[in-house]
Order: sequence, then structure tokens, then C-alpha cells
Amino acid sequence: MTTLRVAIVDDHAMFRTGVRAEIDGPVDVVAEAEDVDSAVAVIAETRPDVVLLDVHMPGGGGLEVIRRLHLRHPETKFLALSVSDAAEDVIGIIRAGARGYVTKNISGPELLAAIDRVAAGDAVFSPRLAGFVLDAFAGTIEIAQVDEDLDRLTEREREVMRLIARGYAYKEVAKELFISIKTVETHVSSVLRKLQLSSRHELTRWANDRRLI
Amino acid sequence: MTPPTATPYRRAYRPAERRLVGGVATGLADHLGVPVLYVRLAFIVATWFQGVGVIAYLLLWRFLPLQRPDLSPGLESATRRGLRSGSRTGPTEIAQTIALGAVGIGVLLLIQSTGRGINDGLFGPLLVGVVGVAVVWRQLDDVAWSRWMRETRGWAFASRVAAGGGLVAVAALYFITKEGGWGAALNLASALVVAVLGLGLILGPWITRLMGDLSEERRERVRSQERADVAAHLHDSVLQTLALLQKNAGDSATVATLARRQERELRSWLYGNDEQPGDSLVAALRASAADVEDTHHVPVEVIAVGDASLDPDVAALARAAREAMINAAKHAGVDRVDVYAETDGQTAHVFVRDRGVGFDLAAIADDRMGVRGSIVDRVERHGGTATIRSEPGGGTEVALSVPVRAPEAVPTPTEGVTP
Repeated sequence: MTTLRVAIVDDHAMFRTGVRAEIDGPVDVVAEAEDVDSAVAVIAETRPDVVLLDVHMPGGGGLEVIRRLHLRHPETKFLALSVSDAAEDVIGIIRAGARGYVTKNISGPELLAAIDRVAAGDAVFSPRLAGFVLDAFAGTIEIAQVDEDLDRLTEREREVMRLIARGYAYKEVAKELFISIKTVETHVSSVLRKLQLSSRHELTRWANDRRLI
Repeated sequence: MTPPTATPYRRAYRPAERRLVGGVATGLADHLGVPVLYVRLAFIVATWFQGVGVIAYLLLWRFLPLQRPDLSPGLESATRRGLRSGSRTGPTEIAQTIALGAVGIGVLLLIQSTGRGINDGLFGPLLVGVVGVAVVWRQLDDVAWSRWMRETRGWAFASRVAAGGGLVAVAALYFITKEGGWGAALNLASALVVAVLGLGLILGPWITRLMGDLSEERRERVRSQERADVAAHLHDSVLQTLALLQKNAGDSATVATLARRQERELRSWLYGNDEQPGDSLVAALRASAADVEDTHHVPVEVIAVGDASLDPDVAALARAAREAMINAAKHAGVDRVDVYAETDGQTAHVFVRDRGVGFDLAAIADDRMGVRGSIVDRVERHGGTATIRSEPGGGTEVALSVPVRAPEAVPTPTEGVTP
């Protein structure tokens, strides 16, 4: 397996140095950037596999980076990394195309695992993000298989989200629900897809209430 | 589902940051809970009938207040410093609306050509006048908007108002020349009426805006004073924490707890709402988590979906959850406790989970008064359920739930009150 190439985008130099020290080695940190313009330039040039992206940054924040790069380089995966707990920004960056969200107090090994997961095309949901997502889709529980598939979570996806919000790791979720980790990953990815694609008006309204989109 | 706010009824607004023209369609769509496309379609179809759609649109534009996002201090500051992207209307939506508008105008012209539409002599000037009014009003909205954004208004402002005013004037002139065949007195009268109408259209919003701005400024002043107070308070508390950190530099557990407490405080001010422990289930859980963290030096992470007001049952649930947190922090020997609360309107659930040493339930179930009395019995007395799952080495999870009464105190989810 080749070493993953990672870019760190954050406006705090000290934080970049800290993350680099923690993950360089198992992965290859190929680029750093401190604002939107330099991030777009350096990512387009070095083509990393995974970009660790701060939510708040000069030039429009992580959202702007994804907006500018996502269509041109769909193979680059974004993982949001932030101290921001503002639901609107977290959901906003996921809706823009990030494959997950972790908070900055995450440990080195956990961050590496998250990078692997994102690089493999899976989604990384922290308990907090799972809570936001349940919140966003709240109110449409029962009937799963109606026409507007994108607009609601299936009961199974909801269960998975709930367990993640309760602090279960993917492995523990799998054990709890008697399914394989791969299946858990599939459910989480499908929730991510729904979150990104759904235009359900309740979701829009939720977003609207929290002033996003 | 926060407790009811000052305005219990829903109001329609024009969302300032998502409008294409006036924000009327978007605002209505939000209010009615239908896709914005349908609303636009309705306006356009209504326009085919003697321009009713346009009239309705202009009236709503005038009477729906512009809504500026009310952000938490942290977000507002981040927005001002350009650290986050402002919202933006997607290109597809713009294209869709232009296409819709083109079809609408096409059909309108078709109707005109059959002679069933608005009187031909009026149609041209009306069209020009409406566009002029739209340009001027949009500009006024932008001024109010940019004042909030604390940006200076530029050159474009004057020229655009001039362009809009010009269009309205052209329309008025056209009217008068059209009326040329009538007597001179009538001519003058109509000119006057049109002029007064034109002035009213242009100045009217200005005046209402001015009045609105006054109260807005007063509110802003109060808000900035409050902010200064809180900033000073935080400043002090951060300094205090830093001093304590230096003093306790050798004791990593204390350092971590102090740092975490400070983080929590800052975070709740920057991104949260200032909830009081007595307000709701989630507020009570957060307060308990903070206490447990301080006392036992174990981080407690609270994730909440939905909220319930603190009636006696829910209060018992919150107290039981607190005991569960204390137990986990004290006995589990872990560096993290997860709390998840979910309220769906009928039942409130709280899960307290740790990945710690766990215990054998069967062996101690009878003599552990703490667990029995303070957690299980307390919840069951209030008609709820409590299950404790634990195995030695496998961690512990306490699952609690009580039914939520559905009194007037709990607003229904359809109220549009944010959870």
C-alpha cells in the first residue's frame, strides 16, 4: 500500500506544526497552506489524497476551498478539522463535499485512522456530527422506502447515527447491531450522501433556521 | 424545541442572504414549507392575469421585513473577518429562475399580442416602472444590509438609485405623453399624481427604513454593551485560568480539567446560546457534565438531539443521568464519558456510556444502593425506564427514558422553533 499524501490547511501555524509532527511518517504530509487562495493553489499543484481542512480561515473558510476544488479535483478527499462547534458551519462544509468532521482535540492515532477511512472513500462521523445529522433529519422517522429516498434516513441508518452519537466506534456499532464494519461504513456513507444531496425542505428549513446554505 | 421565545407566532421574513431579487419568494417558501420553485411559479402564473403576481410581489416586498442572520458572537466575528463563506445562491437556482422568468415573460407577451392582456398603452411604461422600482428597492435593502455588515456603501449606490429613479421617471413621462390627447388641466393633474406616486414609491421605503434603522441601532447599542461586558468577563476568566495553569503545571489532570473548563466556557459564549440549567433537559445535562468534569477530572461529552422543558419527570431523568455520569467518572476509570440525549416529543432518552472497567450487574445489583436508588428507582417512579448494561472490562451504558408530557409548555416541532 502506498503512503497516503496529505495536505494540512489551517491558519494557525502552531496547529499545522503539531498535526504534522503527529501524523508525518505513517502518512506523507506534502503541503501546508494558511488561507483559501494558497490552499487552492497548493492542492491543485500537489494533488494530495486527503486534505485536512480548517472550517474557519481567511478568504472564506474551508467551504470556499472545497467549492473551488471539488469539481476540478473530485479525487481529492476533504476531512474537516476544527474547534468550531457551530452546527451551521459543520453541516455546511459537509454539504459542500467534505467526507467527515473531527474536532481538533482528536488524538494522533484516531486522526490517522480517520485519514485512512476518508482516503478509502468512507465517511468519518464524530459523535457531534452524528448528533447534528440526526437533528437535521429529525421528524421523519417511520416509513423508510417512499419515493423521496434522499430525504429521509432509513431506520437502520438512524440506528447507526444514534449509536455513533452515543459514543460508539464503528466497530462497536457493528457488534451492537450484529452487522459487519463494512456495512456500518456503507450506512454512514449513505447518510453522508443524503446529507449532501438532499434538498428536502425540512433540511433546508433546519439549515435556514441555523442560517446555513 | 427550546422553550417558547418572545414571539410565539411565526413571522415570514425575506432572508437577506439568500435573495435573488427581493427575497420574497424564498421567504414565502420558507414560511409555507414548500420548495421555492413552486412559489416563483405561482408568482409568474399570477402575473399572466393582469399582472397580479407582480403586484403581490411588490406588496410583499414592501411589507415583509428583511431578516438579517442573527449569529453568535464567534460566528459574526468570523464572518466579518472573512473566515467563513457567506451563503450564496447557487448558480443552478439563478439559471432556473432566469429560465422561469423568460418563459413567464414569453407567455405574458403572447397574452399581450392576443389583446387579452393589460392595455397596450399601459403595458410598456408599467414594465419599465416595475423594473425601476425593483432596482431602487433592492438598493435600499442592500444599504440596510451592508450597514449591518459594517461596510461602507460605495459609488454604485448612487448610480443605481439614479438608474432606478430614471426608469420610474421615464415611465411617468411616458404616461403623461400618452395622456396628451386630454385637456391641459387633466394633463397637469395626471402628471402631479404620477409624480407624487413616483416619489412615494421611491421615498416611502426610505422613510420606513429610517424608522426601522433607529430601533435597530438602539438594539445594536444594547447588544454591543452586553458584548463588552461578556468579553471583559471572559478576559478575566481566561487570565485566571492561565494563572492557575502555570501554578499547576506539574499536575496534568488538573491542567487538563482547567483547560477543558475554559474551553467549554469560551465555546458556549462564542457559538452557543446562554441557557440556564433550569431551562431544559439539555441545559441541565450540560451543567451536570460540567460539574462532573470539574469534580472528577473526566471529560464528559454531551450530544443532544431535540430538547424538552424541565417538568418534574424530565427533571428526575436529568438527575438520574447526573448520577450515572458521576458513577462513570468515579468508578469506570476512563478518560471520557459520552452522554447522548434525544427527545422526539413523546419520550426523552438519555444514554450515559463509558468504555471503562464495567462491573458484573448480577453480583452487585442488590447492595449497590447508589445505582438502584438514585438512578433506576428515581426514573421508574416517574413512569420511565432505566436499563444498565455492563460487563467486566466491557464498559457500562446506562439507558434512561421518561415519557414527556405534551403540555402547552412544549412547543410542537411544527412551530418552526429550532431545536
